[in-house]
Amino acid sequence: MAKIVSLAEAIGDNVRDGDTVAMEGFTHLIPYAAGHEVIRQGRKDLFLVRMTPDILYDQLIGVGAARGMKFSWGGNPGVGSLHRFRDAVENQWPRPLEIEEHSHAAMANAYEAGAANLPFAMLRGYIGADLPKVNASIKQITCPFTSEVLAAVPAIRPDVTIIHAQRADRKGNVLIEGIVGVQKEAVLAAKRSIITVEEIVDELAPPSPNSVVLPTWAVTAVSQVPGGAFPSYAHGYYPRSNAFYIGWDEIARDRESFTAWIKENVLDAGPEDFARHAGRKPAKAA
Amino acid sequence: MTDFTPNEMMTIAASRELSNDDVCFVGIGAPSAACNVARLTHAPDITLIYESGTVGTKPDVLPLSIGDGELCDTALFTVSVPEMFRYWLQGGRITTGFLGGAQIDKFANLNTTVVGPYDHPKVRLPGGGGAPEIASNCGRIFITMALSKRGFVEKLPFITSMGHGEGGDHRERLGMKTKGPTRIITDLCILEPDPVTKELTVVSIHHGVTRDQIVDNCGWPIKFAGEVIETPVPTEIELATLRDINARTKKAHQGNKEAA
Repeated sequence: MAKIVSLAEAIGDNVRDGDTVAMEGFTHLIPYAAGHEVIRQGRKDLFLVRMTPDILYDQLIGVGAARGMKFSWGGNPGVGSLHRFRDAVENQWPRPLEIEEHSHAAMANAYEAGAANLPFAMLRGYIGADLPKVNASIKQITCPFTSEVLAAVPAIRPDVTIIHAQRADRKGNVLIEGIVGVQKEAVLAAKRSIITVEEIVDELAPPSPNSVVLPTWAVTAVSQVPGGAFPSYAHGYYPRSNAFYIGWDEIARDRESFTAWIKENVLDAGPEDFARHAGRKPAKAA
Repeated sequence: MTDFTPNEMMTIAASRELSNDDVCFVGIGAPSAACNVARLTHAPDITLIYESGTVGTKPDVLPLSIGDGELCDTALFTVSVPEMFRYWLQGGRITTGFLGGAQIDKFANLNTTVVGPYDHPKVRLPGGGGAPEIASNCGRIFITMALSKRGFVEKLPFITSMGHGEGGDHRERLGMKTKGPTRIITDLCILEPDPVTKELTVVSIHHGVTRDQIVDNCGWPIKFAGEVIETPVPTEIELATLRDINARTKKAHQGNKEAA
């Protein structure tokens, strides 16, 4: 059963130095507030996993919390580079970053394999591409029925997965709507999971019988953090701040302006500071 | 004739490659603009798919990222990312992939990973994302990129997604049954792979562009087909549609720059 706790408690109890941590969200529902709490609690030597590391992982890398990262696309979508990620890879600042690079298809399959308790995933992938030459964890496997040669990648099994969702009920059942990305698979693949939500309600009231629900017995901790996905978005609650993503380029380009931004907006702030981005409550929620 | 920029010509020429019957995997940036201009002009029933999982989307403004809420709000349906890559892309349901890249070579292989050695890159780019499998699993691939010596290079430092590999029948030798890149639309001209060697060859030159300009902006000795046509100039409707969507997009992506 999920424990409903404060964000500080959820991170304190479940994220340890050296952990493999996945904070997923495919553009939508990125768990910014939770990532900031990880920075505030000073976790280090994390191995970060994420298909599309964007600004949140730029921040974790820039403060030196990460020893490595497994990913498939690391940029500021529609804007350009992640400057803190590039500084770490190109100049080893603030520390070297070990990278394990895949394609989206491979990462998605690898999370599914993790959720399915399989050791590896296979796909018709990487044909003619150079990634297998630089990533020793991309291997080949021959189909025992047709002899077709396919790509194989190890399952992703994070120590902890952190995601943001629209809402939970008081038992800790969690509802996700909209672009659902790879969040369900990432939670089910992990040993522990933390889910921040816009609101906790008496009745979950799924908008349809087929809504994505993570049951309380498959989740470790739930925390209510209104606005916790800002500057990404929570479908039905508030839109993505594209202006923030555009503005981040300038902040992150320079080590000093980045460090000053982190001090003001992360180290000297708290999860309650996200509340002003929370927006309206959806009509359907109880 | 109405004035237009090379970039507008590129986007409009790219949009014309698409038809109503296409089920198209859309990349962000120039491909997204081209696909939506096609949808708003001659191909209203085209199915546009973004890798975030939105299928049959009809955005009113161009998304800044592949997962903007606009895409989900206007989609016929939205699936999880594993389902998108497993059932729809790898399942062979997508007719056309529309890609861009940082660098391309004469066999239409693309690099979006690194410039310089992988372990000590001069420039670390975002990486492949969906491209490696989009390039091999879609029925055919269109590529749109501005023609420049920096982008059109003799030899790629890294192949993120394979086009025609080393040329000739390389794709077939690797077991691929899809066509790979069939048209490369630039701001100066349109290229197609030679039917036998698969080397990219100029088949259409945009209005007002000279052969010398094309030669000077390409990083390898570029070839011209025996018969080269002039790309039809943008119509007023095409230009107005593109400018409208760009104006709506610009307005939508500004707004306050409030920090978290």
